[in-house]
Amino acid sequence: MTDKKPDPRRRKLLLGFLQGIGFSIVGGVVWSAIVSENKKDLLVLRPPGAYPEEEFLKKCIKCGLCVIACANRENIPFDRQGNKMVTLKLAAPGDGKPLGTPYFIPRQVPCYMCVDIPCAFACPTKALDVELLRNEKGEVDINKARMGVAVIDYNSCIAFWGLQCDACVRACPLMHKAIYIDVRRNRRTGKHAMLVPVVDPDYCTGCGLCEFVCPTDKPAIFVLPRDVALGKIGKHYVRGWMETEENVEEKIKEREKELQKWQPKTPEDYLNTGDLLDE
Amino acid sequence: MSNAVAITKSQEREGEKTKAFLARNKYLILRRITQIGILGLYIGGNYLGWKILQGNLSTSKFLEVIPLSDPYAVLQMFFSGAIVGVDVIIGALLILAFYGLIVGRAFCSWVCPVNIFTDVASWIRVKTGLHKEEKRINIPRSTRYWVLVLGLILSPILGVPAFEFISPVSATHRGIIFGIGLGWTLILAIFLFDLFVVKNGWCGHLCPLGAFYSLISKPASLLRVGYNLNKCIECMECKRVCPEVQVLWMIGKENKPVLSGECTNCGRCVDVCPENALFYTLRFKKSGGDKNET
Ligand code: SF4
Ligand code: SF4
Ligand code: SF4
Ligand code: SF4
Ligand code: SF4
Repeated sequence: MTDKKPDPRRRKLLLGFLQGIGFSIVGGVVWSAIVSENKKDLLVLRPPGAYPEEEFLKKCIKCGLCVIACANRENIPFDRQGNKMVTLKLAAPGDGKPLGTPYFIPRQVPCYMCVDIPCAFACPTKALDVELLRNEKGEVDINKARMGVAVIDYNSCIAFWGLQCDACVRACPLMHKAIYIDVRRNRRTGKHAMLVPVVDPDYCTGCGLCEFVCPTDKPAIFVLPRDVALGKIGKHYVRGWMETEENVEEKIKEREKELQKWQPKTPEDYLNTGDLLDE
Repeated sequence: MSNAVAITKSQEREGEKTKAFLARNKYLILRRITQIGILGLYIGGNYLGWKILQGNLSTSKFLEVIPLSDPYAVLQMFFSGAIVGVDVIIGALLILAFYGLIVGRAFCSWVCPVNIFTDVASWIRVKTGLHKEEKRINIPRSTRYWVLVLGLILSPILGVPAFEFISPVSATHRGIIFGIGLGWTLILAIFLFDLFVVKNGWCGHLCPLGAFYSLISKPASLLRVGYNLNKCIECMECKRVCPEVQVLWMIGKENKPVLSGECTNCGRCVDVCPENALFYTLRFKKSGGDKNET
């Protein structure tokens, strides 16, 4: 600070401005930390028709119209105490979910897969977009919802003990498609069969009706976000037994083309350019 | 001159005493009825399926068809890079027009639920004289505009509507309608901040939503508080109750209406003025008498 004061008012203004910038940076860092901490929840399950999480968080204005639509839908079931079983909730502070966004916990209340999908149609921002629910015929179809995928923990599923339980299979709205019964040999007794549930992720919507009815203390079948639960096969694996013949040939040709483009590198290249990870 | 003022003042003191409780609190009562009524409609919308107002202050449906959206939230969504449905854009324009062209920053004093808590805090402060004894902590009132801009800058960086994500205003309103969780701690924090740290700290200094409505009501909003210098006895009651005192700079000085967008149109000053020198008026109406005092 110098003693010279060319224009005290301008000086003050400038100082105020710089102060503002300073506080903004400090505030911005804290603010960003809170937001990035809060928006990260890998295990949150979204209503039908939701965009992938990152896009969803941009679009959802947290109005709760989906929740209201879910709470006021027709044929809503009641629990033993006579309370409405509302699937969707808006995350409140303390729920550990991105604040104000809709989610559901299937073990508490699963999604009942309403054919008219009131929740998705209610969304004013298109964070839930019925366009994502169109089937092959172009109709909006709840069975196209991909809220998550059911996963089975074989060690806690009593069907894998050889006991008879098909609660999850019977509860599934896409019974025999999304989840089906597989007959396996019971190695323990050697002479009995085990009827075990198997999920087909191509059809499973993630509604969680199976999780809801599973009789074990902590459900042996539970819904996880598809991102978390599913792997991804590289495109160079070709299932010759499943695809049509031309398809196979095409894929193989494609792959050959790729291979032609590929230039094997000498060890020096690897050592010197350090782009080992690029390939 | 000073004598004359003294005489009018003492006369008016009596007038003040005779102004009935209801008249002294008319707009305060109306405001609380409006605020709580609106909350009630929303709560009914969620739990009972009423169709009048559904959703919350971020976005709602009025009478099932008309969308209403918080324009600042929608702006943040744009900045975060989202392509949003037309509904919310129409809703945001409707709200912009309603507050920006007609009722000014009335959102804050007539709708926002946080206002109920901050008003109580400020009322306690004035009653107990707390703010005169305290050690001054200086947060400039312009901080809120910085917060407003910061919210827009952070939205693309974080890839989400940044203020919407942490907004205690939305959280409170949402909480009241959909279940509050630990949300009450946010309200408590704001209340204590206003009570012990800075008078009108949240609404008058920090809240970017209030800042947003201030900005949009500055140029054109129709409903204003008018001032008649000739009737004013300079009792300064208005300045004692106003949550945004700086907008009343003209009291005892100039015969001008309150034109600052920061005025929340709460009508508290209109309520307490013993001489009705303050009153609701429209922007383009010529208000008050002329400057020639007797
Ligand atoms: S489809 Fe599921 S989430 Fe949507 S309204 Fe029906 S039960 Fe609720
Ligand atoms: S209706 Fe859409 S914008 Fe509103 S809370 Fe649900 S998902 Fe979010
Ligand atoms: S979550 Fe369970 S009940 Fe729902 S579709 Fe998948 S397997 Fe069926
Ligand atoms: S300044 Fe913010 S919190 Fe206060 S009344 Fe206005 S919108 Fe609500
Ligand atoms: S000037 Fe009057 S109406 Fe405006 S904020 Fe102050 S007390 Fe409320």
